[in-house]
Amino acid sequence: MSKIVFHPGTPIKIAVLAMGGQGGGVLADWIVDMAEKAGWWAQTTSVPGVAQRTGATIYYLELLPESDAHAAGKPPTLAMMPTPGDLDLVVAAELMEAGRAMQRGLVTPDRTTLITSTHRSYSVTEKAALGNGIGDPNKVIEAGLEASKRMLAFDLQALAEKGGSVISASLFGAVAGSGALPFSREAFEETIRDSGKGVEASLRAFALGFDAAAQAPAAPARIDTSRPAPDVPEKAANPKVDALLQRVKREFPQAAHGMLVAGLRRLIDFQDIAYASEYLDQIAKVRELDAAKGGEAKGWALTQAMAHRLAVAKSYDDVIRVADLKTRGSRFERVRKEVGAKADQLVYTTEFMHPRLEEICGTLPAGLGRWLENSKTVGGFVKRKMEHGRRVETGTLTWFIALYLLSGMRRFRRSTLRHQIETAGINAWYERVLKNAAADYDFAVEIAHCRRLVKGYSGTHARSGDRFARLMEAADRLAGQADAAATLKRLREAAMADEEGRQLETQLGQLLRGAPAEAGFTRQAA
Amino acid sequence: MAERSFKKEVQQLRIPAGEEFRGEGILAITKALLQSGVGYVGGYQGSPISHLMDVLADANEILQELDVHFETSASEATAAAMLAASVMYPIRGAVTWKSTVGTNVASDALANLASGGVTGGALIIIGEDYGEGSSIMQERSHAFAMKSQMWLLDPRPNLESIVQSVEDGFELSEASNTPVMLQVRIRSCHVHGRFITKENKRPRYTLKQALENPVRDTSRIVLPPASFTHEHEKIQQRWPAAVKFIREKKLNEFFDGDVEDVGLILQGGLYNGVIRALQLLGLADSFGNSRLPMYVMNVTYPVIDEEVIDFCKGKRAVLMLEEGQPDYIEQNLHAILRKNKVDTHLSGKDVLPMAGEYTTAAMKTGLEAFIKAWRPELLTTHEAVAADEVAADAVAAAAPAAAKAKPAGVPITFHPKVKDLAEVVPPRPAGFCVGCPERPIFAAMKLAQQDLGPHHVSCDIGCHLFSILPPFNLGATTMGYGLGAASSSAFNVKSGKRSISVMGDGGFWHNGLTSGIGNAVFNKNDGVIIIVDNYYSSATGGQDILSSRAENADRSTKNPIENAIRGAGVKWVRTIDRTYDVARVRDTLEEALTTTTDGPKVIIAQSECMLNKQRRIKPIFTKAVKSGQRAVKERFGVDPDVCTGDHACIRLSGCPSLSVKDSGDPLKEDPVAHVDNGCVGCGNCGEVAEAAVLCPSFYRADIIHNPNRGDRLMAKVRKAVIGFLQRRRASRQAEYAL
Repeated sequence: MSKIVFHPGTPIKIAVLAMGGQGGGVLADWIVDMAEKAGWWAQTTSVPGVAQRTGATIYYLELLPESDAHAAGKPPTLAMMPTPGDLDLVVAAELMEAGRAMQRGLVTPDRTTLITSTHRSYSVTEKAALGNGIGDPNKVIEAGLEASKRMLAFDLQALAEKGGSVISASLFGAVAGSGALPFSREAFEETIRDSGKGVEASLRAFALGFDAAAQAPAAPARIDTSRPAPDVPEKAANPKVDALLQRVKREFPQAAHGMLVAGLRRLIDFQDIAYASEYLDQIAKVRELDAAKGGEAKGWALTQAMAHRLAVAKSYDDVIRVADLKTRGSRFERVRKEVGAKADQLVYTTEFMHPRLEEICGTLPAGLGRWLENSKTVGGFVKRKMEHGRRVETGTLTWFIALYLLSGMRRFRRSTLRHQIETAGINAWYERVLKNAAADYDFAVEIAHCRRLVKGYSGTHARSGDRFARLMEAADRLAGQADAAATLKRLREAAMADEEGRQLETQLGQLLRGAPAEAGFTRQAA
Repeated sequence: MAERSFKKEVQQLRIPAGEEFRGEGILAITKALLQSGVGYVGGYQGSPISHLMDVLADANEILQELDVHFETSASEATAAAMLAASVMYPIRGAVTWKSTVGTNVASDALANLASGGVTGGALIIIGEDYGEGSSIMQERSHAFAMKSQMWLLDPRPNLESIVQSVEDGFELSEASNTPVMLQVRIRSCHVHGRFITKENKRPRYTLKQALENPVRDTSRIVLPPASFTHEHEKIQQRWPAAVKFIREKKLNEFFDGDVEDVGLILQGGLYNGVIRALQLLGLADSFGNSRLPMYVMNVTYPVIDEEVIDFCKGKRAVLMLEEGQPDYIEQNLHAILRKNKVDTHLSGKDVLPMAGEYTTAAMKTGLEAFIKAWRPELLTTHEAVAADEVAADAVAAAAPAAAKAKPAGVPITFHPKVKDLAEVVPPRPAGFCVGCPERPIFAAMKLAQQDLGPHHVSCDIGCHLFSILPPFNLGATTMGYGLGAASSSAFNVKSGKRSISVMGDGGFWHNGLTSGIGNAVFNKNDGVIIIVDNYYSSATGGQDILSSRAENADRSTKNPIENAIRGAGVKWVRTIDRTYDVARVRDTLEEALTTTTDGPKVIIAQSECMLNKQRRIKPIFTKAVKSGQRAVKERFGVDPDVCTGDHACIRLSGCPSLSVKDSGDPLKEDPVAHVDNGCVGCGNCGEVAEAAVLCPSFYRADIIHNPNRGDRLMAKVRKAVIGFLQRRRASRQAEYAL
């Protein structure tokens, strides 16, 4: 048999990871066009299918100088798919897709330049969580630093938007700026010009991406995920408000100042100074107990928890509050900004409201509200007449004035049925915290945090309230047990795990009743 | 109008002979059909050959110039039956579909076609939807070739080879009177490459000639006694003719290597991956020069005994690389070697995976094991040997800096920080698009189930199958295209609850009208059937179907589904012409589930596929705004101070543009809902919030572009009053600012 002669020539291997509709294909085509124009042999493959519908997808490219093919006397045989460990450049159009590239082994420390946009497009599982389901972005950055030869990470989505274009253009710029491919900036830009669509905007986004990559630090910085701490001002202009502020500074530990100021702000805004002052009185009692139970050593956890949860509980979301928030001038401006309206354009909003009998009664004086709620004839009539979806056009005079007047009912809020119901609930919880703090500090903190569950409106509010009630029931049974705090924490997490409360019920069943799993039929694996 | 337009690309079909063509695989296949003098083409769209159908549709003008008839078949069975035109007449015909699913549907016609045999070349181009990117069950089309005796081509995945095998396929079909299947894998369909063109040819015999000079021959019809004769013809005449043609025309390829005693046998489609795997082992270069000799089967059925024996002679061992299972070829090779008393060792699925895609990495591992067993010294020429272990040890010793530069082909997925990514990298399956009109249907179904309890839901094939994923989590089974209603047919018993079936308009016209609706009427099924009518065959790329609303010069559209359903005898039919009306969809569904009317309850839920709608209306809107006309754009938003961060809306929507963001409020630690700029203003969020009585955080913003004088005057008045009141309230807030 003949002696086989190997010819030199190794292709540059590139993978582009994107979500369907992000323009990963456009980027791949640009690279092919550029390479072919520069006298390279270029191949791209992809697996579009249903993946084009928002799912994660991958484009794969190989580039080889045509001169190598000429020297070898035949066209190259290029691979149809990326091989783990054998890539020179990996481009990710979203941060978690960079993570996916590493999981697939496409990024190698001695070979791969990893370029990723740091923006997030949250997956359904992240968004649908009852609380906060967002994955930690820094895990990707940390892994990228270890896994790649060089990692470039910046918000290319923001740069694309700044340039008035889409992410494929800023990614193309970042590829150019990274110097990972042997083509000049002119060759890149020429390719965009040749494409002939939205050229100017694409070039602007390209330039922003290019500069970001060219000036990128050796290693990308961590992404700041901390939440802004509330600022504590020196003094307030209004003497009554200032008195509250000074009281916070005087009577409370510094660790709780931020949360208390945020609480005061919320409650003054929600109701009035007296209401905020009442809140401070309630927290003062907590603080006293906290000090007695050695709270200082625990970072005043109880005071902080109650400062946070009580403020939220007291500023419950009623009809008056919603009407107020919807009619504010600052809100009108925010909407204009959010929809990107230009100065000469008019913006009108329509709200989707669905008042139920409960909300209507809640806004009435307690006695009247309760009578209406229990009255079959009148209540039923109101229910039939009033309880349906309403499109509220806040920008029109009739609707605006109606909402404005409704928001003005703040001054009667303390006499409403809703206030009576909420206050009773809050007090019961507050007392429960105080009662348990004496015996089990950590347990009391957990009870405080259970209020996190209570949120939403109408049906959602009712369901979350039910879950909260179940937890409080459990707390009463747990009181006095050694691991009460840890158990309650686990239950709270279970309550946040699914909307139907299945996990919570299972855990409650196991913990409190020792009930076995429900009988049913099961299918053997596979 | 399909999702992707190839109007520009199809001009490449006109390039003169001898010039270089550069483009995608499917476009090259179209060019090859024209170069082969094809007379007619049909098929049914579906990934990975959806774009082939789109290219053909966009190339209709060029096809007509060449007297080539193209039609979008009603189903793969229709397409296969279309090949009947090649039974008696010397006309070349080609059809295409997604396989194996399409071949399943087509197999009745294919079996009849293969029995009687063909006169003109009959080519079936199957997009083998297998491995990464596939959306169907993982099976092989190979079995269909075997059972009906059709030849199966699996060319090397470069455009030159693919184009050549289209031409070879027609000739082989004619030389052996047998239909030929040409298999192209997902990536081959979309590969960008190049080849040198030949001239387009008119069909040598046209359909018009055939119609005007009809010919018949009872011996070609599948009915006894001819059907018994056909089986013998297959073995005695057609098979030997095919083997002769394949050998003479050298359809399979032999590549020399300088290692003499071992060799590789592979399916043509795997060639590039095998070369790359060898390259990573130091045994090949980037141009296909390999140290191991290779026998590349561009024809994977029939297996040519003589070629196998020739290749194996003088070799101690050969490795068969055959993707998928069962290992038909490997079993065949064992039989050939044994019957011919060739004692060459045959390896295959013993070192390679029995199931799953043959990725480069998988083949590299298999090749390495094979070579280690038979010629281990070949591997020591390259330092890649045991590189994985070396690298793993280096990391384990926590001295990455000391690790030597690693050769190619060494992933580091074992690194603890990379492993940790499993905690944060979310699964990202395909899902409903922004503004998809199918989303509100499933939101309504979720709400109806909240009222009436959980029901058994049968799904179908189409975008609507995304209902099984979060956040909807609806649906128990999917039994095939158009078979949503059929798969509820067993649940035709008296019960407190009815079954719910979902079917798309594509599946409805494909077969659902008879298999689902007709069947339910005839058998007096009491279940509920929802037909999702989004004006297109959307999942496959937005092609027109009978009930599409588009003006289509080449096709008859605007044939309402409701007429067909009533014609089939359904009494209870409700048409909802706006799926975004969540409350109405819910109420209609609840009515269907509780009504006392007997027989199937059919709800036709209509709204245009948003992907196609946006493509249609966006340019019109932009043009109107540019010309100074008053135009209103709608989009949705969430008031972050009203939203409590409960995400109930997301659990009933899942729209990609409905996301979350930090609240900016220290008291609200959970992120709040947020509508991003991708919003197309479909209205689903608001409707859901209202129908499910969720919360008042959503708003619709109407942005009036180029407001007219009346608009401006009204705005002025409103601003005066509203502005005054707002300032009044703001001053109170400012007074008590902290």
